[in-house]
Amino acid sequence: MRTVTVVGASLSGLYAARELRAQGFDGRLVVVGDEPHRPYDRPPLSKDFLTGRSGEDQLALSDAEETTELDAEWLLGVRARGLDVRGRTVLLGDGRTVSTDGVVIATGASARRLPGCELAGVHTLRTLDDARALRAELAAGTRRVVVIGGGFIGAETASSCAGLGHDVTVVEAAPLPLVPQLGPEMAAVCAGLHRRGGVDLVTGTGVAGLRGTVAVTGVELADGRLLPADIVIVGIGAIPNTDWLAGSTLALHDGVLCDDGCVTALPQVVAVGDVARVGGTRAEHWTSATEQPRVAVRNLLAGHTAETVRPLPYFWSDQYGARIQFAGRRLDTDTVRITEGGVTDDAPDEGGLLALYERDGRTTAVLSVDRPRPFMRARRELGRGVTVAEAAVS
Amino acid sequence: MIPVCRLDDLPAGESVRIDTTPPIAVFNADGELYAIDDTCTHQDASLSEGWLEGCLVECPLHAASFDLRTGRPTCLPARRAVRTHRVTVDDGMVHVHVASEVLAEVAAEEEGTAA
Repeated sequence: MRTVTVVGASLSGLYAARELRAQGFDGRLVVVGDEPHRPYDRPPLSKDFLTGRSGEDQLALSDAEETTELDAEWLLGVRARGLDVRGRTVLLGDGRTVSTDGVVIATGASARRLPGCELAGVHTLRTLDDARALRAELAAGTRRVVVIGGGFIGAETASSCAGLGHDVTVVEAAPLPLVPQLGPEMAAVCAGLHRRGGVDLVTGTGVAGLRGTVAVTGVELADGRLLPADIVIVGIGAIPNTDWLAGSTLALHDGVLCDDGCVTALPQVVAVGDVARVGGTRAEHWTSATEQPRVAVRNLLAGHTAETVRPLPYFWSDQYGARIQFAGRRLDTDTVRITEGGVTDDAPDEGGLLALYERDGRTTAVLSVDRPRPFMRARRELGRGVTVAEAAVS
Repeated sequence: MIPVCRLDDLPAGESVRIDTTPPIAVFNADGELYAIDDTCTHQDASLSEGWLEGCLVECPLHAASFDLRTGRPTCLPARRAVRTHRVTVDDGMVHVHVASEVLAEVAAEEEGTAA
């Protein structure tokens, strides 16, 4: 392979570029990124970056020394527009083309939007530019903020806004936020964090529309209520960036379909990160985006699936001064048992809690609020368990 | 020199965090005592709550690993070293000698030259 093109210059794209060099690829390495920025870390955007506790320099994922070592051609601020049917040419938005022998698809996902998003004061939070714009507006004085969506981005953003002294309401269409991730019992406990943080949580009603002519003035709920708002933050999930692949031969269905080794229908095209549906699952987790590239690059360079990746799902969230960590694969039928700490006033104790999800006497997942040490132990045991179980099957 | 705790209260495999600015973590790694800055250089997490294995501690948030002897990260996502501090035991009491910024920088430069 003489040329490999990494499409996407964020976390998983950078990790893929690193892996290519680490695994001995010494050919031409091209990295295409639609944002003008060098690779940066997104998780702080809703937290320390938004509150002003940390700046842009702390977001950088790489430095000048590493950039030199990677010896890549960085095509930043230009969007990939297509991939030819053989997967040998990447078409760019500015009309240029890149002829390539291998492709790593790492185009991530985009924030889902609502009709009315063009009104001033309406934000999504996915990119550095999104965060810059929201941060500037939040710094302009105390405002009424409505966050649409009670997922992790929504909760973290609401927490940051409340911490800055704004008047915050979170609207969640489901009866409780985070039920798919945490199950109903623990979702209820984590929902208590909003109340403890002084944020109103409105659940069980969708959004009918946004009010305002030039700037947003309110959020109209499906049940008829109107929430006045100066700032609206839409945190209703993300859509994998696969539009540019429409004319390719790759199978697309809520992501780029790959086998367990991140390899697509074309052996010289692999996919990693938020855009990749690996072995039937698409995970929008930071950890997946950092773990998949090693295996994807190995298989790309081998020309076939020589190794598979099935890491234990892990995610974390910092909100209202609490750190939530979750690892494992839970089913709705699993039972939940709090093994450390507890619940006070429908929210985690000040000292946090540790909860185990169990099925047939076996631990399937673990949730921690401010209990990093036992969480880490449980996560490692789960990781080992997965390996052992899979080894026994195969 | 900052008193940390009795040596008896820091058995092998355990760690303790002291509330200096910035905070420092002290580890008993199989009988050897080490002190490093407590906050992971990648993102805000306490290394004193990390996973201790030999002379390495793994961050509880994103699994960055640091060598307690040098403070250097041994894997991503951390790229910058944490400061290391000298630890002594006097009369059964563990003390940390905080490395001054200037000394740490000089040490880093010297290492850089040597490398």
